[in-house]
Amino acid sequence: MTSKSERRFDVLVVGAGPAGLAAATSATRAGARTAIVDAGVAPGGQYWRHPAPSEHGVSAAEVAHLHHDLATYHRLVAGLPAVAQFFQHHVWTVTRDRRGFVVHLVDRTGGGEQAVELHSRRLVLAPGAYDRQIPFRGWDLPGVMTAGGVQALLKGHGVVAGQRVLVAGTGPFLLPVAAGLAESGARVVGVHEAASPPAWLSELGAVIRNVGKLGEGAGYARVLARHRIPVRARSVVVSAHGTDAVERVTTMRLDHQGRVVPGTERTVAVDVLAVGWGFTPQLELPLALGCATRVDVDGSLVCEVDDEQRSSVEGVFVAGEACGVGGAALATVEGQIAGAVAAGASSVAPRLRRSRAALRRFAQAMHRSHPVPPGWVDRLSDDTTVCRCEEVPFGALRSMQQDLVGHDGRSAKMLTRVGMGYCQARTCGYAVSCILGQEPSGTSGFAERPVSSPLTLGALATSCPTENDPPPAE
Amino acid sequence: MPDVVIVGAGIVGAACAYYAAREGLSVTVLERGNLAGGTTSRGEGNILVSDKEPGPELNLALASRTRWRELAAEFGPDPFELEEKGGLVVATSDPGAAALTRFAEGQRATGVETVAVSADQLHDHEPNLAPDLPAGVLYPQDMQVQPVRAAVSLLAAARSLGATVACGEEVVAAERGPDGRVTAVRTRTGRYPTDAVVNAAGTWGGQVGERLGAPIPILPRRGFILVTEPLPRVVRHKVYSADYVENVASDVAGLETSTVVEGTQGGTVLIGASRERVGFDDTMSVEVLRRLAALAVRLFPFLADVRLMRTYHGFRPYCPDHLPVIGADPRVRGMFHACGHEGAGIGLAPATGRLISQMLTDGQPDIDPSAFAPSRFAQVTTG
Repeated sequence: MTSKSERRFDVLVVGAGPAGLAAATSATRAGARTAIVDAGVAPGGQYWRHPAPSEHGVSAAEVAHLHHDLATYHRLVAGLPAVAQFFQHHVWTVTRDRRGFVVHLVDRTGGGEQAVELHSRRLVLAPGAYDRQIPFRGWDLPGVMTAGGVQALLKGHGVVAGQRVLVAGTGPFLLPVAAGLAESGARVVGVHEAASPPAWLSELGAVIRNVGKLGEGAGYARVLARHRIPVRARSVVVSAHGTDAVERVTTMRLDHQGRVVPGTERTVAVDVLAVGWGFTPQLELPLALGCATRVDVDGSLVCEVDDEQRSSVEGVFVAGEACGVGGAALATVEGQIAGAVAAGASSVAPRLRRSRAALRRFAQAMHRSHPVPPGWVDRLSDDTTVCRCEEVPFGALRSMQQDLVGHDGRSAKMLTRVGMGYCQARTCGYAVSCILGQEPSGTSGFAERPVSSPLTLGALATSCPTENDPPPAE
Repeated sequence: MPDVVIVGAGIVGAACAYYAAREGLSVTVLERGNLAGGTTSRGEGNILVSDKEPGPELNLALASRTRWRELAAEFGPDPFELEEKGGLVVATSDPGAAALTRFAEGQRATGVETVAVSADQLHDHEPNLAPDLPAGVLYPQDMQVQPVRAAVSLLAAARSLGATVACGEEVVAAERGPDGRVTAVRTRTGRYPTDAVVNAAGTWGGQVGERLGAPIPILPRRGFILVTEPLPRVVRHKVYSADYVENVASDVAGLETSTVVEGTQGGTVLIGASRERVGFDDTMSVEVLRRLAALAVRLFPFLADVRLMRTYHGFRPYCPDHLPVIGADPRVRGMFHACGHEGAGIGLAPATGRLISQMLTDGQPDIDPSAFAPSRFAQVTTG
């Protein structure tokens, strides 16, 4: 590990996806002593996920065709040599000290675990998001995967998840997943989009200002057409079937209110079902620092930020999906702004502000036109597993509610162990808050995680206390 | 009009509500937040005799232990997850072993079951303990309960006996009649006429007492607990290092940590317990977590490779003399306190609830409550 003086920074960026990379390069360009920290082996995050350099069988070049806007990625990565880089470092918590912040990390570069601490005057948090999931009958069968998981296997390892894949859920992300699978040799038997195709027409203003984004979608649509992949709108997977793994799925049509139409069941043979219902931002670190939050148009709990990406906590900036899911282009612009302002830049280029405003409008339009259709709770049976880690069925949540007064997520956790397992409610938090009748994701009870990445007690016990560090020279 | 308003729906308020309802009283429970959402949900669910020296608190603990077993028989064991797992206190040094032996002898004289465990027998009880520990004492009477389930079950039973439970009701004041007796409790949004009020607000009992015109000296003492990833059963008992006994009775203001390690039915291992007087400071302390981890690894070396999954912290309600406050307040007629149980509230709740219900109905108390009387505080007798 580096010496003490090399552990102190002006700006420390958590996350090396589009927002984090942009923040780090823009902070270092503005003259700040900058560090970037990421759990992955290489820069890129989920969006520009790349294979580990040592991994056999697949190279970055081989997965290049799966990526979008690699030019931006290469431009951002070119700025990294001036930034102190900590890859394969997992942030497990963030605290404050007298001079700013202490980022507590687990260094996993050597195969083992070593707890280390980095200090920074300012933080840019760009933790990204993960797949939002909704339980349905059979969703815990092997072969039922998240759309993001299928994409990560493909981009990170060159692995095609299945031979006959059905892609379902809602949102623009389903298209690149289906296109990537088809281009990699899988037979995509259908894309089932819950939303109505012309839904975004009512948001035409936002769309017209983002013809680039539309072009991106059109590119994927061409791939789907070339592979003759049927795209069904207002269609939803209601159940998955199989003995040891998924073998078939049942789909149903949705009416204009998003309710299933009786009698429209169709059964499709698959070996993988990829489901995506949008994304849930990772808010552990902003919440640990006390950053103010709000509920976004898509029902996600996100961080409040001002025009310069400042959170409500002095010295903490947030960029990318954690302040509203909006995709890589928006995240990159937010990261650029956050990095520059965190490094002390006095103003933000009007071009960046305009670009951010347009991309945000587009993201909001997409959220409004791709809601999670109502009624999925009614389709759960008492034995449908809601929390997979602790194997809590829907019936346990229902019967517990009789003993409670009001809707109370925290008591639900304590009484049923829902959300208390290894994933700490990352998978079921959104669904459980909906089931309990709370505003979707509106309570931070399922988003707060004091330990944002598990570490061994041995690593924690032998870590070197900050308090013993001598005060550094100014 | 209700006979009694109970302020607080934690484990103590729930026990008071249950026993009062069973006596036929008309009960209303007012809770500022959610059911069992305060200190009740922030501990380990301890029902302990091992950590108490001979005296009134140990007597209360022994009585309460009997009540817990009665409740489990009445409700069935499942709703509480009551587990008579026993505690194993281990010394980590030879002087510690001698002190522990003396402590256990004193407890045995007042009816606590203790079994001396020699160094070579320790691993028969806990196979994964460190190899170099000098001695231990087994306390078969120590038990474990899931406190939120217990509180919610007691409140549900009270409701089925006619009690009312209202959440989101923050008490602001008491109204008193010309004779000085409580006539009603006012909340931010409502008014509850009553003959009596029980302050079962736990760590916030000092504030609630003040609002009701009867302040008592209850202060928060912060504690952190570490939760590991789920494991097969690797820790059988509640396992403490012997210094826990010294820390509980300590008056030192700063951070104290001693080790408490135990498995849960969910498979996680819980590691406590720190004690700090830092007010209601909610910020995470990495230094506390680090010390707890180091102490746990000292007792159970295999834990070095086990992952920490989560931590939580809470605020124990403590009084300057480390005894709970149970009884009528001499300043306000109709006002009772049932709070200040420090880290022992889960264990002591049923006996506390019984005592309160006996006081409300002018019944004969099960055990002598005089040591817990609010009048023991100077501010109460002079105020």
